Amino acid sequence: MVSLRRIYVDFKVFSVGYLRNKFGLFFGLIFPVILILIFGAIFSGESGTVDIYAQNQDEGIYVPSGMGIGGAVDINFGEEFLRALNESSTIRVITVNPSENFADFLAAHSASEGIVIPASFSRDYVSGQQVNITVYGSPASSTSGIVSGTVGGYANYFNLQHYNGNMIIGITSATVNTQQTTYIDFLIPGLIGFSILTNPMFSLVNIAADYKKNKLFKQLSLTPLTKMEWLIAKVLFYIALSAAGFLLMILVGVFAFGAHITLSPWLIPFLILGPTLFASLGMLIGTVAKNPETAGVIGNIVTFPMMFLAGTFFPLSMMPGYLQAIARVLPLFYVTEGLNNVMVYNNIPNALIDIAVLSIITGVIFVLAVKLFKWRED
Amino acid sequence: MFSIEVRDLKKSYGSLKAVDGISFTVKQGEVFGLLGPNGAGKTTTIEIMEGLRERDSGEVKILGLDPWKDGYEVHKKIGVIPQDFTFFEKTTPKEAIKYYANLFNVKVDADAILKEVLLNEMENHVFESLSGGQKQKTGLALSLVNSPEVLFLDEPTTGLDPNARRAIWEVIRKLKTKGKTIILTTHYLDEAQQLSDRVAIMDQGHIVAMGNTEEIIQQHGSGERLEIHGNQQLAEYIKANTELQVEYNKVKEKIIIPLKKKIDMLAALAAAEQSGIPWGEIQTRQDSLDDVFIKLINEPLDEQEEEGIEQKLNKKGRR
Repeated sequence: MVSLRRIYVDFKVFSVGYLRNKFGLFFGLIFPVILILIFGAIFSGESGTVDIYAQNQDEGIYVPSGMGIGGAVDINFGEEFLRALNESSTIRVITVNPSENFADFLAAHSASEGIVIPASFSRDYVSGQQVNITVYGSPASSTSGIVSGTVGGYANYFNLQHYNGNMIIGITSATVNTQQTTYIDFLIPGLIGFSILTNPMFSLVNIAADYKKNKLFKQLSLTPLTKMEWLIAKVLFYIALSAAGFLLMILVGVFAFGAHITLSPWLIPFLILGPTLFASLGMLIGTVAKNPETAGVIGNIVTFPMMFLAGTFFPLSMMPGYLQAIARVLPLFYVTEGLNNVMVYNNIPNALIDIAVLSIITGVIFVLAVKLFKWRED
Repeated sequence: MFSIEVRDLKKSYGSLKAVDGISFTVKQGEVFGLLGPNGAGKTTTIEIMEGLRERDSGEVKILGLDPWKDGYEVHKKIGVIPQDFTFFEKTTPKEAIKYYANLFNVKVDADAILKEVLLNEMENHVFESLSGGQKQKTGLALSLVNSPEVLFLDEPTTGLDPNARRAIWEVIRKLKTKGKTIILTTHYLDEAQQLSDRVAIMDQGHIVAMGNTEEIIQQHGSGERLEIHGNQQLAEYIKANTELQVEYNKVKEKIIIPLKKKIDMLAALAAAEQSGIPWGEIQTRQDSLDDVFIKLINEPLDEQEEEGIEQKLNKKGRR
C-alpha cells in the first residue's frame, strides 16, 4: 500500500522547497545554536543550592527520663543532622529509603553527590564514640567540594554542641564515578529537545492548516500520493533536519563551551521518535483547527508550556514538585530526559524507559493524525 | 459513449441546498460549460464529479466509474484545476511537473507540457513568484501530466487580466482539438460562449437552461427585434401608424420593435421615414446569451442593465 517511491518523491520536493526558504533554515538550524550561545553565556557560572541524596540508616537511641531532656524519648540524631543540613542555604536534602543500595541508587539517579548516616550514629554520638558519615562525591566535581565542605561544617557544629569540639562525628569520603555536570552539559540536550519539538511542530501546524485552506490537500488527493505517505515524507524530513541540528549543536557545545557529552547509538531512537511525535502532533492540531489562525493559537498553547516545563532551558530539579509532576505528562520531557540520560549521565536503563514511553505516545499520536486528517471533504 | 453521466444529483450543506437535483451528460470530446453566478452550485457539482466531495444522493459516473467510491481509479484518468489553484510556494513549474509525473509513475516530457501551456519561459521560477495567469497555467500543466481523458477546470480564469484569460483560452482550445473531454465552470459568459460546445446555466442549485448557445437563446430568448435610435415622438408616431408593438428606452434613446415577421421591419421603417422626424442608426438584434442569462438568473434586474452582468454576479456571491 505505502509506496516508498512516492514518499521519496514528496520528501525531495519538500526538502528542496525548505532549503530555498532562508527563514525556515534559520529557525531550523541556526536559531537553536544562537540559543546555546546565549544561555551558555548567561549560565556559565555555577551557583545556587545543590541537591543531594541522603540515606539515614540511623537506628536512633532510647533515652530514659532524667537525662536532662525531660521524659523518656527515642532520639534519632541522624534525622536531626539531616534536618540541620537541609536548613543550610547551600544544600537541599532528598532522603532515600534506608533499604536501598545507596551506591546503586546514586548511579541510577545519575547523581554525583550523596551522604549516608550509619546505623549506630545516635548510639555512638550519645556514648561519645567516634562515628563517620560517608560523603559520596566525585573528585572532578566542584559541587562535591561544596557538599563535603558543608557536611563537614555541620559535623563540627554537632561536635561542638556536646563534646567541645572533640572529633566524635567524622567524615569518610567515597567516590562516585559520575562525571561532573555543568549547566552547558545539560543545556545541549535540552536545546536539542527544543529543536526536535519546535521545528516539526510549528511547521506542520502551519502546513496542515494552510494546505487545508488553500485546498492543496485536495489537489494532492487527486494524485496517487496517500495522506500517510505524505505525512511519512514530512516526518522523514524533520528527522533529517533534527539530525543536522543535533550535529551542529554538539559541535558548538563541545568546541565553544567544552561540554561533556557522550555520543551513543542510544541517541538514535530519540532523534527518530521525537520528530515523528511532534510532526504528527502538529499535523493533528492543524487538522482539527478550523482555520490557520486557530491552529497557530492551539499550536502555541501546546508548544510553549512544553518548551519551558519539560527541562529544556532549566533542569527540572530547579522547579517545585508540582511543576515536576506536570513535566512528566509532557511528551517533550521524555525526549529531554532521555537525551540527558544518554548524553550526560550515561544512564542507559533509564533512557530505555524514556524510549518505551516515547514510542507509545508517538504511535498513538501518529495514528490519530493519519486517521483524523482528511484529504477530501464529505 | 458518454464520458460523464450525472443524474438527479443532490448535495446540501445544512439547510442550504447547494445542488438540488441536476442531471446532464457529456459526450467524449465535448467541452461542457457550467455557467452561473457565484453560489449557483458549480463548484460543488464539479468537486463531486472529481471525487473530492461526497454527494447526498443521485448518480454520478465518470468514465463509467463512481468518483467517490473509485476515486483512486478515477483520479488516474482525469485532470483537475481546482478554483484558485495553488501549489508549493518554493517549487518551480518544471519541478512540479516532475513531481506529479513521479507520483503518477509516468514518463513525461516536462518541456513539452510547459510549452503546451505557454509557460516554458517561466519553468525555473518558483511558484510564489509567478503571476496569477502563470499560476493557473502551472495548474493546467499539472492537470495534463497523467494524460487525462477528462479535464475539470473550475473557474480557470477568475481574477485574471484579459491577456492572461485569452492565453488560458488558447490553451484550452488546443486541448479541445486533441479530443479531451472538458468540463469548465465559469461565471464569465464570454468564456462559456467562446469555449463550450454546450452550456448548462446553473442558478441556486438548479440547471435553468442547457444546450448550445443558439439553442439556449432560441428556447429562452425573445426572438428578433428592430432597434431604431430616435426620440420618443418618433416611437409614438410609429406606434400610432402601424400595428406593431413599440417600446421606448429613454436612457438609450432607442425605439425597440419586436419582429414577428421580417416584413414588420419594412412597415416600421416606412413609418419612420414618413414621420419626417430624424432618426439615426438602425439594427436588428436577437437576445444574446447575456440577455438570456440575466433573464434566467433568479433575481430582479438592475435599472442599469449595461453595467450589468458582472456586477450582478458579484452581488449574488454567497460562497
